[in-house]
Formats: sequence, C-alpha cells, structure tokens
Amino acid sequence: MHSLLIQNGRVIDPANNVDGIRDVLIVDGKIADIGSKTRPGKMDTFDARGKVVCPGLIDIHVHLREPGRSDKETIESGTRAAARGGFTTVVCMPNTTPPVDQAGTVEYIKARARESGVVNVLPTGAITVGLKGEQMAEIGSLKRAGVVAITDDGHCVQNNEIMRRAVEYAKMFDLPVMDHCQDYALSADGVINEGYWSMTLGLRGWPAIAEEIIVSRNCLLAELADWKVHMQHLSSAGSVRILKEARQRGVKVSGEVCPHHIALTDECVKGYDTNFKMNPPLRTRRDVDALLQGIADGTIEILASDHAPHCSFEKEVEFDDAPFGILGLETEVGLFLTELVHKKVIPLQKLIAMYTINPAKLLGLDRGTLSVDAPGDVTILDPDHEWTVDRDQSASLSRNTPFHGWNLKGKAVATIVGGKKVL
Amino acid sequence: MLWTRKHLLTIEELSAEEITLVLDTAASFKEVSSRTIKKVPALRGKTVASLFLEPSTRTRISFELAAKRLSADTIGITAQASSITKGETLKDTALNLEAMHVDFVILRHSAAGSPRFLADRLNCSILNAGDGAHEHPTQALLDVFTIREKLGRVAGLNVLILGDILFSRVARSNIWALVKLGANVTLCGPSTLVPPIFRELGVKVTTNFDAALREADVINLLRIQHERQRKTLFPSIGEYTRMFGLNQDRFRLTKPGVLIMHPGPINRGVEIASEVADSPRSVILEQVTNGLAVRMAALFLLNGVQSPAASTPAS
Repeated sequence: MHSLLIQNGRVIDPANNVDGIRDVLIVDGKIADIGSKTRPGKMDTFDARGKVVCPGLIDIHVHLREPGRSDKETIESGTRAAARGGFTTVVCMPNTTPPVDQAGTVEYIKARARESGVVNVLPTGAITVGLKGEQMAEIGSLKRAGVVAITDDGHCVQNNEIMRRAVEYAKMFDLPVMDHCQDYALSADGVINEGYWSMTLGLRGWPAIAEEIIVSRNCLLAELADWKVHMQHLSSAGSVRILKEARQRGVKVSGEVCPHHIALTDECVKGYDTNFKMNPPLRTRRDVDALLQGIADGTIEILASDHAPHCSFEKEVEFDDAPFGILGLETEVGLFLTELVHKKVIPLQKLIAMYTINPAKLLGLDRGTLSVDAPGDVTILDPDHEWTVDRDQSASLSRNTPFHGWNLKGKAVATIVGGKKVL
Repeated sequence: MLWTRKHLLTIEELSAEEITLVLDTAASFKEVSSRTIKKVPALRGKTVASLFLEPSTRTRISFELAAKRLSADTIGITAQASSITKGETLKDTALNLEAMHVDFVILRHSAAGSPRFLADRLNCSILNAGDGAHEHPTQALLDVFTIREKLGRVAGLNVLILGDILFSRVARSNIWALVKLGANVTLCGPSTLVPPIFRELGVKVTTNFDAALREADVINLLRIQHERQRKTLFPSIGEYTRMFGLNQDRFRLTKPGVLIMHPGPINRGVEIASEVADSPRSVILEQVTNGLAVRMAALFLLNGVQSPAASTPAS
C-alpha cells in the first residue's frame, strides 16, 4: 500500500467547490481523503505550503506524433513535456501515420502509453477513414478500443451530410465529436489571417469566416442531433459570438482556446518567423479581446494547447512551405496564468476548472476532481513563480515555440499521476 | 544622405530620402548604358548570383546586365537547373552559394518573405527581385524613376494603379514608394482584386474606372496574372477586358500628358489595347531601360556598404 500526503497547500477543487488550506491523501493511486487535519502515520509527504493543490490538469488537444513521426515527438517525450507543464492527462489527436481510424491503432497507442507514457494518455479516434472526410470511420469499434472522442483534427469534414451522420452516430456511443473548424474552399491556401498583415506581407489570407462558417454548421448539426460537438482551437470573434448564441439556446456545443490565440496577434508574423504559423492562424487584437470576453463570460469553458511539435528543419523554410503548429504543453499554464489570472480576466479557480472538471465533463471522465475515490492525479501550482521560457530545456523532441525568452508568471511545480510524483 | 543598408528587401522599410538616393544614383548610371564601352569598374572582383526560382525574363536579364556593366562576375541559377529540383532547401542552396564566397544574391521566389529569410541567415547582400505577392522593390524604383524623369516630380501627381492589386508585388512596392514620395495613389479594378483594406496604406480604392482615368497623371497597368490567381475572383478574361481593359475609347478620357506604364509582360488586347501600348504616351520600354540603371544603382549602393572605399558612380 502506497500513500502520499500533500500537506498544507491551498486546495482548489472546483468540482467540489473547495478552496482552502487542506491536506490531500492519496492511497493506492486514488484520492483517499481531503481534510484539514493531518493524521500521523507512515507515508510519503509533500509540503505544499504556499502552493496551490488542484486536480491533475487535463489537456484535451495534444499531438504526440506517435505512431509515424517519432522524430517530432514520441508518446514518451510528449508525456514528459506534459508532466513538466503540469498535466496528468493528455488527449491525443488521431492525425498520426497511420491515422487513428481503426481499433488496432488505438490499442497500439494505449500499449505504447503503458510502456513509455509519463502521464495518462487518452486517445481520440478519427471521424472519417484516413481523415479524408469521405466515409465514416468505424466509430463503434474505436469506442470499444477506448477512444474518448472522435475528431479529424488537422482536417475538417467538409461534407455536411457526412458530418451530420457522424454526430448522430457518435451519440449512440456517448462519444463527443470534436472538430477543427475550417472551410477549405474559403481558407484555400491561406497561411496567415486575412487582413492588414496578409495584405502588407503578401501572404495568402486564411479568413476568419472560414472558421466561423463551420462553427455555425456545427451548432446547427449539434442542435439537430441533440449531441455534443466541441469546437477545437477557436480563434475568431465571430466564432465566439456564434457559439455563445447556440449555448444560450441550450445546444450541446462547447469551445476551447489555445494560449497563442490570446497571447499573440497576426502582427507577430511580420518577420516571417514560421514559429508564428499555426492553424487556425493568429488573428487580430479584436479577436483576442473577443476570445478573452468569451473566456470571462463562460462561452469558452476549456483551455488546451494544440501542442504540435515539428522538426526544426521542417520549420526553417519559406513561410508558405512551413508546417502549421507550435509546442504548447510546457508553456500553456504559464501563459494562461499570466494572461488570464494575473491580468484579472478570470480568477484562478476558474482557470483550474477550465483545465480539470470542464474537459472531464465533456469527455465523461472520472478525473478532473479531488473527490474521494477519484484517480490520484494532482497538480501543484505556484501561480506567482516567475520564470523564463527556454526552448532548449524542453522535454519535447521539437523546438518550435514562439515563446522562447518570454517571462511568465506561474508554473506547475509538481505533477502527481496516480499518487506517483512524475515532476 | 549616406546609404547604410546591406540588403534591398522592401520599399516599405526605405525612407523617402533613401528612395531618392537610389533614384539620383540611377540617374548618373543611366548614361553608362549609352556609352560605346558600357562598363564601369565599380564591382570588379565581386560575384553576383541571381537565384531565380520563378520564371522571369526582364528582371533576371536586367539584374545580370546591371551586374556585368558594373564589372561584377555573374552566375545565374534557375529552379530547373538547380538542386532545388532534387529537394534541396532554399537555405541549403543559399549556404552553398555563400560557401563559394558570393557577394550578392538576387532572389526571385514565389514565397513571400523568402529574401528576408536569406538575409537573416547569410552574410552576403540580398536583393529582392520579387517575392510572391509581397514586394518587387527594384520595379517600384524604376517606376518612380521613370515618372520623375518624364514629369519632373512625383509629389502631388495622381497615380492610378489598375488591375490585380491583391496578388501583385508590383502594386505593393509601388504603393509604398509613391505614398512615401507624396503622390496621390488610386487603386482600381474588380472589387475582388482590389479589397478595401488597401485603404489602410494611405491610398484611394475605387471601382469607378472612368472617373479614375480622367484624374490620372500616371496610369500603371498590371498584368492579370493567371498563374497567381484563384479562378473564383472574376468571371473571365473577356469580362475583365470589357470592364477594366484600357482600350482606345477609355484612353480618350485621359489627360493629354498622361503616362502609360506597365511592368510587363503585357497582354495585348487584355489589360491594354495594342494601340495604347504603342502610343506616344506609353513609356513601357523606357521603364525597361531605366530598370537597368536602377539595378546598377542598387548594386552599387549595397556594394558601398560591403566595402566603403568603393569608387563613385560612373566615374
């Protein structure tokens, strides 16, 4: 029997409305007790005085690149980066090689995660075969193999009939549908937000409306099917407005925001640094303000990284030719604490909810809480710790971050998975 | 005014004084090309590589001739004849050129920002010969040189740029140069190719072609570029010609002293009627002549930054 007692920390567990100095006891990998009084006995202890103790953070949007591109990232390196970022659970996207469109690939990822994963890895499955948007994947078999949601992330199902049926079909298995919202005809070969900077830099525009038109579609389909559709990495003011309207009518839609979409704008692209190339692209100050408003008013209730490792040689090319995406796992907590909590957009309790109980509810997980008998996943944060991002210290195999050298306030100081300290 | 830039990447980053310095330097170089011995020793011992990864005739020949008339050694590399076709990256191609101690790389590339990409990584001077829809600085310099030479000034003139603005690097570089030098710039063309956001650059945007023609002191026609465009932006070349082609009827609306310019290659009967292209108001071929002088000036000024003891122009 292994026990760990986390003492004297400020425990914030939004699921149970707890915020106070408590001790957290983990026994045999499960939360055993949260009390204000420490009981003596033989056990490991962790002194969390002056720190915040919360349910283990969940990042529902991560690319681990295994199988297929283990030069960019592996399940081992990606989950180590997750642990260093304060995450006890990551939800990995299915756009691997091969893509996760068959049960066997799910089994492979689960096996690799058992062998080499540092934190919990929850796979997602594809909506369509080969992420091609043409034919529904075997969603029931994917569910049986253990996926927690379906998504064609990195791609977007363009055919509305296929998307409609996928949402209706996934409902039968209680599987939420997550979508990367991008109308290909409208985004075409865009590489930057369409606007002043695309004009000035002579780069092809990827207009916000290419996202918003799919957000609208998904709201309509979610309403029709009365089922959950989650909009991944929202970037534009219009998306927030559409999502808000649908949610007010009780449609089962939700949205997530990534740190780069609130910390950066399209102006950052002016030096053609490909570490500012992501999909969807960085947008304008107006969009950032709308995303912040959406986070503050609860329209957006989940935060995620879209951790997307790429090799340096792939990124060090002409802007048009570089792959989309940046690292996220090790910087997101610091960025969101700096941009959201220290700048008083939302209180710390709400940020923790957006990383714990909210994603857990969306995916139907028994995690994201410190309730007795929940998995013993705990993150210990120091919200006031000031530090400087150094990409060369990253646990990821890749180095593609635009935040190198940034000074951030707030960091995870310990990550505990199933009662075991992994950071 | 002293030139201090190592690279010529954009007009956006140049001041009006820097633009004027290039024009003044070009004026003194223009005479060289009319001599019996068309050569000065300014770049003797220097190596100029032109790396043209996108088709070009005028600009490539103009740059190579400019380098030769300054006595530089020149090598020309095109995409088809390079290891780019074997999968070599732009960075590696350029590093190999630098390993051979090339002093200047003139880059034409379909990707916006690629000259900047090289400038950030190489020690030699980079000249942008056109990058995607971003900039084509020497084209704008030769355009304003031609305007200044023909009309005596740039400030206060009404300059109409017509056609495919959205995908045009020539338009962007011209807008920066003309606005900096005090011209009144109007953009005109189909609404899908001339989005209103261009107003933020300090220019007028209109679809009223006839009114714009009447006001113009200079009309710069841009080619409708099939290869650069999505098919969704206008119905057909035929309709473009009917709506925005500079035909003889519309030419009659223009001011008597108007200058007709075109960066080439021209599509006769599409954006410009043959008679207009060949009219006395057309300075299209003079632009080409001036392009040589402007590119000599650009190489000369950049060389002065590399080796400050270089000789004075056209001495």
